[in-house]
Amino acid sequence: MDLGNVAIQLLSGMTVAGYLFMVSAGMTLVFGAMRVINIAHGSFYMYAAFIVAAIVGKGTGASGMFWVALLVAPLIVAAMGTATEVTIMRRIYTKEHLTQLLATFALFYIFADVALQIWGGAFRSVQAAPVLTGQVNVLGRSFPKYNFFVMGVAVVVGVAMWLLLQRTKLGWRIRAAVEDPELLAATGTNVRLLFTTVFTIGALLAGVAGAVVAPLVSVAPGLDAGILVEAFIVAVIGGLGSIAGAAIGAIILGLFQAIGILWVPTWASAFTYIAMILVLAVRPWGLLGTPER
Amino acid sequence: MMLDVREIHTYYGQSYILQGVSLTVGEGEVVTLLGRNGAGKTTTLRSVMGLTPARRGHVVLEGREITHRPTYAISRLGIAFVPSGRRIFSDLTVRQNLELAAHDGVAGEAVWTIERVHKVFPKLAELDSRRAGFLSGGEQQMLKLGRALVANPKLLLLDEPTEGLAPAVVGQLGEWLQLLKDEGMSMLLCEQNALFALRLASRGYILEKGRIQHEAPAAELRDSPEVRTYLGV
Ligand SMILES: Nc1ncnc2c1ncn2[C@@H]1O[C@H](COP(=O)(O)OP(=O)(O)OP(=O)(O)O)[C@@H](O)[C@H]1O
Ligand SMILES: [Mg+2]
Repeated sequence: MDLGNVAIQLLSGMTVAGYLFMVSAGMTLVFGAMRVINIAHGSFYMYAAFIVAAIVGKGTGASGMFWVALLVAPLIVAAMGTATEVTIMRRIYTKEHLTQLLATFALFYIFADVALQIWGGAFRSVQAAPVLTGQVNVLGRSFPKYNFFVMGVAVVVGVAMWLLLQRTKLGWRIRAAVEDPELLAATGTNVRLLFTTVFTIGALLAGVAGAVVAPLVSVAPGLDAGILVEAFIVAVIGGLGSIAGAAIGAIILGLFQAIGILWVPTWASAFTYIAMILVLAVRPWGLLGTPER
Repeated sequence: MMLDVREIHTYYGQSYILQGVSLTVGEGEVVTLLGRNGAGKTTTLRSVMGLTPARRGHVVLEGREITHRPTYAISRLGIAFVPSGRRIFSDLTVRQNLELAAHDGVAGEAVWTIERVHKVFPKLAELDSRRAGFLSGGEQQMLKLGRALVANPKLLLLDEPTEGLAPAVVGQLGEWLQLLKDEGMSMLLCEQNALFALRLASRGYILEKGRIQHEAPAAELRDSPEVRTYLGV
């Protein structure tokens, strides 16, 4: 096992951590404020990837359409999020968990079927912009340049989220809603509108991840379910409701997968669950979570 | 008339709690709502604030019906709710707690700014960047009051403000509320500490099992044997 190989696997792990963080940050934000697990959260991710594939098409990526797609896809998905919140989500916040699960599960299927109608079942591959393609040398091994771009976007998103939550009134309102939405309303905040905003931001985060990840994966049906499970595990490891927890959870999961690939490649995917079991055995509410409101 | 509550009936799900409560608060008047545990005092305030809206009856603020308005809108129309217990945003700083509630008020001019709150409660200025969850009970009480004031309300709803406070702090609280009263703030004050409430209020209601049993001037309530026996004054 040479050092170059280890470095490559760790970097791959951090790339996975990058997009997992963005997806589960959205999920955990929505859960924190509204106490709903949205099963259809992965659908926003998949739609963004499909929209990028549709905009970029079969071209080489040289036309600049890739950048347009990277900007437009998350915005379209965010608008989908707004529409979903206003029509469906806001009706289920006060319902029982089972009702919430069934409703968002139904949404997941509806989104999947609509995607199949629009884009079909075939695999699509996306070419990134030329500046982002090619390889760089890491300790004598070549590693795709694009992966660094994914990590960079994740860091920017992470910092932006931190600034939003710590430095802006909207962020304080979101944190206040996590603690006591009723009191927040009594102090003059339109909590209904706030929830729409939070859900839209959640969808936007999934959309950014899906758009950025498009050149790394085969864009096809099934992306939604795959990411949902992993993002959920990340959110649970980090502690549902905690954005910083999502970041740490994503890094743990990414690195565990990398170690798995290095060590026992055939069992690599089991390492996801091993990571979750280990963390939850020590802290059942996740690393940065709190034991129940 | 600042607040006019007419025959409200309020439920928590199936439980029928307020069974036709009526009360009024005049402009600049301090009115107290007394009653034992579970009488429905908090529920009355929650109904006024739109947190648990009345199913029947009317809540009227300065001639405007607000019974079924959303809570945030009622807050912006000029009612501030000071809940009982430690209800502050513990994860936010003292400053952030105040800034989230700050509002110019219906008149459009802010009588109560964060600066003025700092003058009245210098302690809050000292604790400006402290996480609110770390404050002591008395400090949290100040913060809850300060938070209500920066919304520049016309009417304060106070739910058991003396609950859990040390006697010295209760005295302090009485002085603050007296100051607000002198400035002409209207207040509806729920208390179990009838002596405290009747010193501030000019009028009082006694609530029992979701119904108003008695209404009288504060002086009369202080002396009435009824109140003495049954509120343990
Ligand atoms: N969320 C709720 N769901 C069901 N019943 C409730 C709820 N909150 C209060 N109640 C019931 O409503 C009644 C009135 O409660 P309320 O809190 O208004 O009383 P209170 O006069 O404020 O009492 P205390 O002095 O103990 O605060 C009580 O019987 C209480 O058990
Ligand atoms: Mg009460």
